[in-house]
Amino acid sequence: MLNYLWGIMILTGMLWGVANNNLEVVTQSLLESAGEAVTLSLTMIGIMSFWNGILEVGNRAGLIAWLAGKLNPVLSFLFPELERDHPARLPIAVNIVANMLGLGMAATPAGLEAMKLLQQERPPGCDLHRATDPMCTFLIINISSLQLVPVSMIAYRNQYGSADPAAILGLALLATSCSTLVAVIFCKLMGARRRAAKR
Amino acid sequence: MIQWISRMLVPLIVSYIVGFGLLSRRPVFDDFLAGAKDGMQTVIGILPTLIGLMTAVGVLRASGFLDTLSGWLAVPAAWLHLPAPLIPLTLIRLISNSAATGLMLDIFSRYGPDSLLGMSASVMMSSTETVFYCISIYFGSVHITKTRYVLPGALLATAAGIAASIYFVFFTN
Repeated sequence: MLNYLWGIMILTGMLWGVANNNLEVVTQSLLESAGEAVTLSLTMIGIMSFWNGILEVGNRAGLIAWLAGKLNPVLSFLFPELERDHPARLPIAVNIVANMLGLGMAATPAGLEAMKLLQQERPPGCDLHRATDPMCTFLIINISSLQLVPVSMIAYRNQYGSADPAAILGLALLATSCSTLVAVIFCKLMGARRRAAKR
Repeated sequence: MIQWISRMLVPLIVSYIVGFGLLSRRPVFDDFLAGAKDGMQTVIGILPTLIGLMTAVGVLRASGFLDTLSGWLAVPAAWLHLPAPLIPLTLIRLISNSAATGLMLDIFSRYGPDSLLGMSASVMMSSTETVFYCISIYFGSVHITKTRYVLPGALLATAAGIAASIYFVFFTN
């Protein structure tokens, strides 16, 4: 996907530059942007290393597992199909907690593990290429964005001279809650509709 | 209230985690160093991606294409009550995180991160995910092809995130 996107971006820019007869500016901008990316990364190293270090402290102290355990009532509400001892519950909880903390690297493996277990544990004889309700709910909630503290965003804003880089945190939390709320309501409605159709 | 949350969130989480680590009798600074080292490698790891996409956006900007695109999008933007420069960002956001970051940084350098546009771009990027990428990764891993209501649900949640971002930024400032 990115291969096409990137190729199209570069070629469109070049052709547009030829059409507008401003190729010098385009070349200039190409050189400057490449340098800008390096400067940006250099300043990002500080905050990203710090945050990652803090999260690792929590991770090694068992914070993720502890929070995941606290999530049981939420999981029972979101996934009524999964009994309390369903093996996919733990990776789902870990994925949700890791996403909330902004630990993308811990979230994705747990999410893939959850998908695998949801796939293995389904009743025999059904269409294996068709997503189940828990799979749909899990993925939609996941995509609705759960991150509480978008740290890289603070770093970007800081680098571009924001007077108050963290000022967006409250609004981001509010907007993330809205999208997650819509996701939960949508999944609940779809689940209810399917159960009504079955009856 | 919202400003208070913004100010308190980071200190709160940092002290909570460090306190949690100390209570669990962990060597907190050693753990911190290990994580910080990983974080550093992550940033260095994404540097090539950032260079590639920031140059691509830079080229699009300098060629005048982004301005022309915003001009074309002015009509649908007015209809959707979206600022025109946010439309390409929104669309790319569904496909690629890093390409969207490149576009967002372009908005930062043109309008400033504290402008209404810069703020809504920041909040929007923080409250949405790469819809198509996530679906293909997660469902691809278990060979699901009938995705049922996932795409409409994910797009609806994303639309809610975008609408909330723009509404809250323009409403509270």
